Amino acid sequence: MNWPLEAFLSFLAAGAFGVVFNAPRRTLVSCGLVGMSGWLIYRMYFLAFEDSVQATFAGAFAVALVAHILAKKFKMPMIVFSIAGIIPLVPGSKAYNAMRNIVENNYLEAIAFAADALMVSGAIAMGLVFAEVLMQMVFKRQAKRTQKKIGMTRS
Amino acid sequence: MNQVNETGSEQARALDCFLLAGKIMMESGAETYRIEDTMIRMAASQKMVDCHCFITPTGIMFSPSAEMATRFVRISNRSTDLEKVALVNAASRKLVSGELTLRQTYEELQLIDQTNYKFPIQIQVLAAAMASGCFLILLGGGWEDLPFAFIIGGTAFYIVDMILEKTRVKFFAEFIGALVIGSAASLVIYAGFGQDLDTIIIGSVMPLVPGLLITNAVRDLMAGHFVSGLSKGAEAFLTAFAIGAGIALVLSF
Repeated sequence: MNWPLEAFLSFLAAGAFGVVFNAPRRTLVSCGLVGMSGWLIYRMYFLAFEDSVQATFAGAFAVALVAHILAKKFKMPMIVFSIAGIIPLVPGSKAYNAMRNIVENNYLEAIAFAADALMVSGAIAMGLVFAEVLMQMVFKRQAKRTQKKIGMTRS
Repeated sequence: MNQVNETGSEQARALDCFLLAGKIMMESGAETYRIEDTMIRMAASQKMVDCHCFITPTGIMFSPSAEMATRFVRISNRSTDLEKVALVNAASRKLVSGELTLRQTYEELQLIDQTNYKFPIQIQVLAAAMASGCFLILLGGGWEDLPFAFIIGGTAFYIVDMILEKTRVKFFAEFIGALVIGSAASLVIYAGFGQDLDTIIIGSVMPLVPGLLITNAVRDLMAGHFVSGLSKGAEAFLTAFAIGAGIALVLSF
């Protein structure tokens, strides 16, 4: 496993997707970083536990978490950062293999691949949602804390 | 709209402003709940408190109050332009914080609506080609296949963009793009230059994958916007199906 190379390539790919989706120019590097963190966590988890569904969940969770933090920092919608980062996790090769097997009349194998692709897409969705709920809770707590602080200084 | 500006009341202009903001955001690929949130916040800053809006990917309904008439805008074509989403978001923030007046915000939104912020097509094609090349290596392809994925991915992206501009039928464009990818990749393999057909095709297809639609659909569904979530999911599924059909057609020979 060549970690620096993978990091560089995923950074480049996510940044390129930022250009394709026309992300604001000054966020392109951040888009690349989001994609890189998602992909590296996905790969690390996959190499450690050999489970692509869980690995995708971890990757998507990381992408959404980083995207939320960057969105707060740049004061931009979270979608600007998350889209480019999610793309590398999309189960393109599984969907492709499923279709290829259907064309070659290997329906049993095709179903296995298709089910796997479905599970991975579900994992992406769950990762996004979990991160969103978590960040909402954190931000609400922060807001309450600052409110309390302001109230205390005022009184 | 001009007539309203000249003769209409302040509130009519406010409605134009909110609807324009929602329209730009939906056309640029923002999430439904984000649009609804933006519009309601803008309305609240103009002292319209009990307003309701209903947003679908094809139209926006906005009802300011019991006295005033409900307004509606139709959305005919949607693309992905995250810069516009960010700009409208910034404009609405300024309106809410009182930095801009309603008239200034409306003018700014009109400017955003008319300007084309997209990168020139050459740069977009280059980016798509680069993404294809990167994915080829990330997905385990060999370095000797890199130039093919680079060229095929970029060409297919350009072709899809061209057909989309000419015909406005997204699924047809994606189908043709996938068809081109499949045939070009097979050609390269049969000619003896390429090594692995599968990774070349997967890498080249990546720029066409409806990633934005999938994530938006899921987030809308989770936020309780079932109509737009389901319709965006259907769009994503049809796009994926078009790509799959294009590749399958080539592979079946």
